[in-house]
Amino acid sequence: MKLAEESFLTDDFLRQLINVGEVDILVGLPTHNNAKTIGSIVHTIQSGILRGFPRERAVIINADGGSRDGTPELVTGVSIDDMRPASNLFALRTLHSISTRYASSPVSEVAFRTILAAAELLRAKACVIMSPESANIEPEWLSKFLSPIYRDGFDLVTPTYSRHKFEGLLITNLLYPMTRALYGLRIREAYSSEFGFSGRLGTQFLGQNVWNDGTEGDGVELRFTLAAITGKFRVCQSFLGERDHIERRAADLVPALRQTVGALFTALEPDFPVWSVVNGSEPAPTTGADQQVLLDPLRVNRKRLREMFLTGVAELESVFQSILSLSTLAELQQIARLPEDEFHYPAELWVRTVYEFAASYQKSVISRDHIIQALAPLFRGRAYTFLVENRNASAADVENNIEGLCLAFERLKPYLLQMWKSRE
Amino acid sequence: MREMIISELMQALHELARAFAHFLPRLIVMLILVFVGWVIAAVIRGLLRSILRLIKFDKLSQNAGASQLLTKAALPSATEMLSRFAFWVAWLGFILLGVSVLGIMGLQEQVARFFIFLPRLFVAMFIMFFGLLAASFFSRAALLAAVNANVPSPRLLSLALRSVIIVFVLSIAFEELGLAEQTMLVAFGIGFGALMLGLAIAFGMGGRDLARRFLEKRFVRGKKDENEDELSPL
Repeated sequence: MKLAEESFLTDDFLRQLINVGEVDILVGLPTHNNAKTIGSIVHTIQSGILRGFPRERAVIINADGGSRDGTPELVTGVSIDDMRPASNLFALRTLHSISTRYASSPVSEVAFRTILAAAELLRAKACVIMSPESANIEPEWLSKFLSPIYRDGFDLVTPTYSRHKFEGLLITNLLYPMTRALYGLRIREAYSSEFGFSGRLGTQFLGQNVWNDGTEGDGVELRFTLAAITGKFRVCQSFLGERDHIERRAADLVPALRQTVGALFTALEPDFPVWSVVNGSEPAPTTGADQQVLLDPLRVNRKRLREMFLTGVAELESVFQSILSLSTLAELQQIARLPEDEFHYPAELWVRTVYEFAASYQKSVISRDHIIQALAPLFRGRAYTFLVENRNASAADVENNIEGLCLAFERLKPYLLQMWKSRE
Repeated sequence: MREMIISELMQALHELARAFAHFLPRLIVMLILVFVGWVIAAVIRGLLRSILRLIKFDKLSQNAGASQLLTKAALPSATEMLSRFAFWVAWLGFILLGVSVLGIMGLQEQVARFFIFLPRLFVAMFIMFFGLLAASFFSRAALLAAVNANVPSPRLLSLALRSVIIVFVLSIAFEELGLAEQTMLVAFGIGFGALMLGLAIAFGMGGRDLARRFLEKRFVRGKKDENEDELSPL
């Protein structure tokens, strides 16, 4: 067994891994104070393994970020025997559960690195990261993530979900269109807390990635997806159904921007040789539906979004002068003067805004974190327009609007390249 | 009588000539020092200018807000200013060194004082530059945080923070220079105290409703407004 990561992993954890030996399947479970839900999630994972992979050697690796509610004990304490009478499932192999505390506070990057290191040491063929906050996790999810890797030779499986048309606006209005336009692959959820990957990809990422112990930013999940695309690994999507996380109070916008847009902008610099030569985009192979849009009525305070956009444009003028071109800033100030019923943040202007932010980020015209924070009020303005445009839209209309935005990102890619080169 | 006058006059002339002969080499040394100093100072200026351009000092200065101040005062760029400053400090150092060679009583003490003062001047400038940089960074951070948290008057908040940092940095720089230490200390104490008191009164009296709403929003879950955070951005 290779002990390349022995200085990073604790001795106790290494001992536990040695006791397990080699495995076929590894389920990574990063946790932090998830005692309320972790028991049922581990049961579901065990059930999924027994149903889909009864003959394979499997292990659950819990990387805990300093839980104080006994989460690690719950993970290791859940017995597979508890579910056998009810489900009539039997494992032909021992299903191990190991827990390690990687730090006293949660850092997703360190948790992921711990899981990758364990996967490499155990020579796992297929791995899956499961979110401890998934409220509606099903045993079938394991097969949906692992089968394309274990049986069809894919290296990365990202999820697609049924989402409300107004949920995940940062993904639909920025992350998906921009990654698609730049990297040429239509991955709906490039940033996800649940995904499957091959041992080959995990080892590659573990060796090549510059690990900074989480001190320089987040978004390791997105970096992993981008690394798979740029490394020419086989990537596909798997439809999971409705996404319903327990922590529904969504992450605040600025941390979400840091984790996603910050990670994407950071990746653009080393990935320039790859994305600069990509033209257009191709669909990623998908099992199940590509994406489902839910249309349930939802009360949203649109007025506040617009107000925060107006405040941002007015108050951050000096910051925007460092980031945006004069014409883009002038257009933003112009739409900020429009009355509420005429307010419209056009897709093309939004794309130019994002590209100018990306180029300024690369050049570090001001602190990079400040650039990301400055994008928040503008995103709110775009979100307002998206909400208004799709207020009465059908699922097909919403998809068409998103597709139109994606095409705008692809069409204006030369603008980004031009700025990128001129700023060099 | 006439011979005595001529003799005294001749003696005075001889002494003057002797003194001048004694002084002339020193004067020549001083002139050489001034010339060599000018050459060295010019080399320093050129080198510093190249280094500063290489490390993009103007950009750093722009971020610190120093460039804007220079532009408003119709002064050259930060790189040029610093290069010229280094030139004059170096040349002045050589001039004073030359003056001290002349051996004029009283001047030597002043020259020694100048050389003792020089490191403090550099430290003060260093403090000022990085102080301005910090003021610019933190005021922008406060502005962005306030805008994203929907706090009223974000620019005022940012400006207040910037002013406090600049006043603080100025007081440290003046203390380092040893100029008007007591005045600066008292002025800083009064200014800072007044600002804090003003903020406390403004927030306590004028912003009672605002404070109540802020605290309710922050700590009372039931009162949480319907807002965009209910829509997950991810």
